[in-house]
Amino acid sequence: MIFTIAAKELKSLFASPLAWVVLALLELVIAYLFLSQIDAFDAVQSRLSQLANAPGITEVIVAPLFGSVATVLLMAVPLLSMRLLAEEKRNRTLTLLISAPLAMTEIVLGKFLGLLLFLAAVIALPALMALSLYAGGRLDSGLLLANLLGTVLLAASFASLGLFVSSLTAQPVVAAMGTLGALLGLWIVNLAAAEPDSVLHYLSVMKHFESFNKGLVNTGDIAYFALFTLTFLVLTVRRLDRDRLGA
Amino acid sequence: MTQQASTVTVRASALHRSFGARVAVRDVSFELRKGEVLGFLGPNGAGKTTTMQMLTGNLAPGAGSVQICGIDLLDRPTAAKARIGYLPETPPLYRELTVDEFLRLAARLHRLKKHELAAAVERAKQRCGLVEVGRRLIGSLSKGYQQRVGIAQAIVHNPDVVILDEPTVGLDPIQIREIRALIRELGGEHSVILSTHILPEVESVCDRVQIMHDGALVYSDTIAGLKQFRQGHSLVVGLGHPPAPAELQALAGVAQVEVISETQFRLHFDPEDNPTDALVRASVERGWGLFHLSPTQASLEDVFVQLTQRDEAQP
Repeated sequence: MIFTIAAKELKSLFASPLAWVVLALLELVIAYLFLSQIDAFDAVQSRLSQLANAPGITEVIVAPLFGSVATVLLMAVPLLSMRLLAEEKRNRTLTLLISAPLAMTEIVLGKFLGLLLFLAAVIALPALMALSLYAGGRLDSGLLLANLLGTVLLAASFASLGLFVSSLTAQPVVAAMGTLGALLGLWIVNLAAAEPDSVLHYLSVMKHFESFNKGLVNTGDIAYFALFTLTFLVLTVRRLDRDRLGA
Repeated sequence: MTQQASTVTVRASALHRSFGARVAVRDVSFELRKGEVLGFLGPNGAGKTTTMQMLTGNLAPGAGSVQICGIDLLDRPTAAKARIGYLPETPPLYRELTVDEFLRLAARLHRLKKHELAAAVERAKQRCGLVEVGRRLIGSLSKGYQQRVGIAQAIVHNPDVVILDEPTVGLDPIQIREIRALIRELGGEHSVILSTHILPEVESVCDRVQIMHDGALVYSDTIAGLKQFRQGHSLVVGLGHPPAPAELQALAGVAQVEVISETQFRLHFDPEDNPTDALVRASVERGWGLFHLSPTQASLEDVFVQLTQRDEAQP
């Protein structure tokens, strides 16, 4: 049942020009960054080779690439998640799902999975770009996998937050702005914290993503993203239930 | 006894729902049997839609319970919902899907097995006259066709209970006739609840009627009972050579004569003592030249007024 809803969500995404435009622009931006990163590497390569423990192409090209993918996701997820529930509320199509013999959890998970599959496509392309580097050299596969894992976890967290904000309103644009604001806030919340063990560092999404970006797969960070995702999925279910119970 | 109990498809008991301080539905109880078509009648804002939302699990009742085929909607929502097909006021249509895709999705969501899907979609399309538009996008269909797609999604999983909220709104007269015929047909094997504020609609398709007013059920009877109830207590008479009004007044049973024009009169009478026969006789005998005779029926508005007034008189 979850997959039926996810498949419908994907179909609706791909039926709208918005998804294609977002996908095309994202890939354009990522590909441009990728090429400029290669250029930069090319420029410094001769000097790097003189260093004793020089950073490889994975560190110089792939890690920054996924760093920019994370920023790009931050901008793109609100646009893609805004219509998930807000539009169904506005068009009163949510009735179809609620009248069907489905648990609220199935509806929410289906929507979440649909968006996550779309985001997986967004992430797959930079992954393929990174793999193309095998043509001219050798990659640090550990670092690459850590980055992939971190990006997928990040996408899941963003998607769950976007889904939740979308359940709060019947206006997709309001949902997009709300999600963007919340994500940006969580991204940079640690900037204000001067001391290194401030609690704000634990809250900041960027901090946790940074370890993956450096190749550090840490259970603490995995738990952070898992809890983040779970929290907003549960909140979404509760929110939809509350709509049914009424104020 | 058990035989009879098993044919009850919907049982609502003491449903109550308020939004803030406003009470939308109060103490609504009724039963519906298999094969019956029940009409929910009432002015706008009477609580019809709220009641239907509670019956379909879209809104949790503040108090009371709903049983669908003996399954409690609150205790086992998914099992109960699988037996309901619901067309809300605004048909829940995904405009970016084609009719076929949408009906397949609706069937899947109602947990139909993969191998049953094609047949179920085909049957629903046939019944709702959608065969030739199956490959078109819902967004490009006319309002009438969209309404039919809405009905098709409500019956695609062959539910025991079909609940339709104002199914004929916005349709042209031919489509209205088709939809009414479809509802009659559905009544054969499903139980149907439909809401409307059009009285002739109820008379043409329903077996039973319930009238809601201000969130409460004020009237519940069969269609024959409603017709009886609407029987008026006056006649409009047209006479070519009218006598003096006093002469009409003198007829047995006439309580009051109202002069509409020179040749038209309205005769009020007691329900037990209908003067029609006496009037016709007198007209023939005395050469009044009767050319028009029609019993007036109480309009829907009159029925509402009567019902609500009766309600206030006997709280």
